[in-house]
Amino acid sequence: MTIQANIAESDKTSDETTPAAVPAAGTGTGYGILETARRQVLEDGIGLTQAQLEEVLRLPDEALPATLQLAHEVRLKHCGEDVEVEGIISIKTGGCPEDCHFCSQSGLFDSPVRGVWLDIPELVKAAKETAATGATEFCIVAAVRGPDIKLMNQIKFAIDRINEAVDINIACSLGMLTQRQVNQLAEWGVHRYNHNLETARSYFPEVVTTHSYEERLDTCNMVKAAGMELCCGALIGMGETLEQRAELAAQLAALEPHEVPLNFLNPRPGTPLENQGIMDGKDALRAIAAFRLAMPRTVLRYAGGRELTLGDLGTREGLLGGINAVIVGNYLTTLGRPATADLNLLVELNMPIKELQKTL
Amino acid sequence: MNRVSLPNRSTTGVSSSAATAQFCGHCGEPSDGGADPTSDVHRRCGERLAMEPPRYCADCRRRMKVQVTPLGWSAECSRHGVLAP
Repeated sequence: MTIQANIAESDKTSDETTPAAVPAAGTGTGYGILETARRQVLEDGIGLTQAQLEEVLRLPDEALPATLQLAHEVRLKHCGEDVEVEGIISIKTGGCPEDCHFCSQSGLFDSPVRGVWLDIPELVKAAKETAATGATEFCIVAAVRGPDIKLMNQIKFAIDRINEAVDINIACSLGMLTQRQVNQLAEWGVHRYNHNLETARSYFPEVVTTHSYEERLDTCNMVKAAGMELCCGALIGMGETLEQRAELAAQLAALEPHEVPLNFLNPRPGTPLENQGIMDGKDALRAIAAFRLAMPRTVLRYAGGRELTLGDLGTREGLLGGINAVIVGNYLTTLGRPATADLNLLVELNMPIKELQKTL
Repeated sequence: MNRVSLPNRSTTGVSSSAATAQFCGHCGEPSDGGADPTSDVHRRCGERLAMEPPRYCADCRRRMKVQVTPLGWSAECSRHGVLAP
C-alpha cells in the first residue's frame, strides 16, 4: 500500500539522505535558532525552551531540511541509532465515558465504533505476532476513564498469560489511575505506562471537558514515582496554535517522560473534530524536529495519523528528522502501514531495531 | 475480504463485492451499487476503507463489532458473520 502524504509533490524535501551521510546542520544556515540549537541541544544536551521552540515552528519551508538534519543529529548523538518498535492493542474498545473530542471511542459521540472486549487468547496471539516482527514493546490499551476491579483483574490475567507465552515488554494504557492501581501495575511487572497530555494546558479545555489537565498530570507523576517508565504523548493538528504546540512540547519536556508518542489528528466520523482539516505535512515534520529539539534524550515515537498526514515519504523524513521509535502495524481502531513497510524502511536506512531489555 | 459463517447464525456465506453491497462499509449509507465511476458520495469512503476496517455490514447496515490487532482486524455482524481481510 503506497500512501500519499499531505505534502505537495514539488514541496517534498530530499529523501536521499541516509544517517551516515548527514552533513552538519545549523552551521551557516542563516537561521539563528538552528545555530543556537546546535550548540545548546546537540553539543550540550539541553532542550530548547518554549520561546525557542516557537522560533523553530515558525521557520520557513526552506529551512526544513536543515531543521530535520539537526534533529536527526541530536537523536543519533543522544539516543543512538536504534529504533524501538512497539505494537498496540485495544483490550476494551468504545463506550468510554470521557469526551476527548478527537476520539471515536467516546460513548458520548455518535461514532460508528461499537463497544467490544478482546479475549485473552486473542491478546496473547497478538503479542506473539507483534514480537515476531522484532518489536520489544506491547501496549495494552483500554477506552476507560480509569480501570475498575474487573479490568484490573483482566490485565493481571493478561500479563501473566503473555509472559508465559512470549518475551516482550508489556506496557499499559488504562486511563487515570489511583495510587493503589499504580502500585499494582508496577508490582505485576508493567514496564511502561502510557498516559498522554494530548495537547497544551492552555488548549486542553477545548478538547476535553470531562477531566482536567491536572488529573492527567497526577497519574503521570504517580507512574514515575512508582518506578515505571512514563510514556506521555501528544496529539497535534487539533486546531491548536503554533504557540500552543511549542507550549505542549515544553510541558512534556518538563515532565521528562521516557517516551513521547507523537500523534497527528486523523479526524474521526462522529467526533467533534471530524471536520478538522488534516494537518499540513511540512508543519508535521517541523513539529517532529521541534519535539526532538525540546527532548534530546526521549524516545520519540511515530504514532497515529502519520499515514494520513505524512504518507510514505514523510514517514521516511521523520525517521531522518528526530523520530527513533515506531508503532508497527495497526492502531486501536484504524489501520497503519503494513508492518513490513516500516521494517523494510528501517533496514534501508541502516537503523537497527532496539533489542529487548527487560527493565523491571 | 472473506466473510466467514458464524456457528448457529444465518449468514450469506459470501462476500459482498462493491457491485452487490447494499450499504457502504464506511458510512453505512446506501451504496452506489458499484457505479463506475464511483459516485462522489462514496469516493472518500473508499479511500478511507484502505486505512480502516468497515464499521457497517454491507448487507444489512448493522454496526459491526470490530477488533483491530497490530497485524490484522476482524468485523462481526450479528446477522451476517465475520469479515476479515
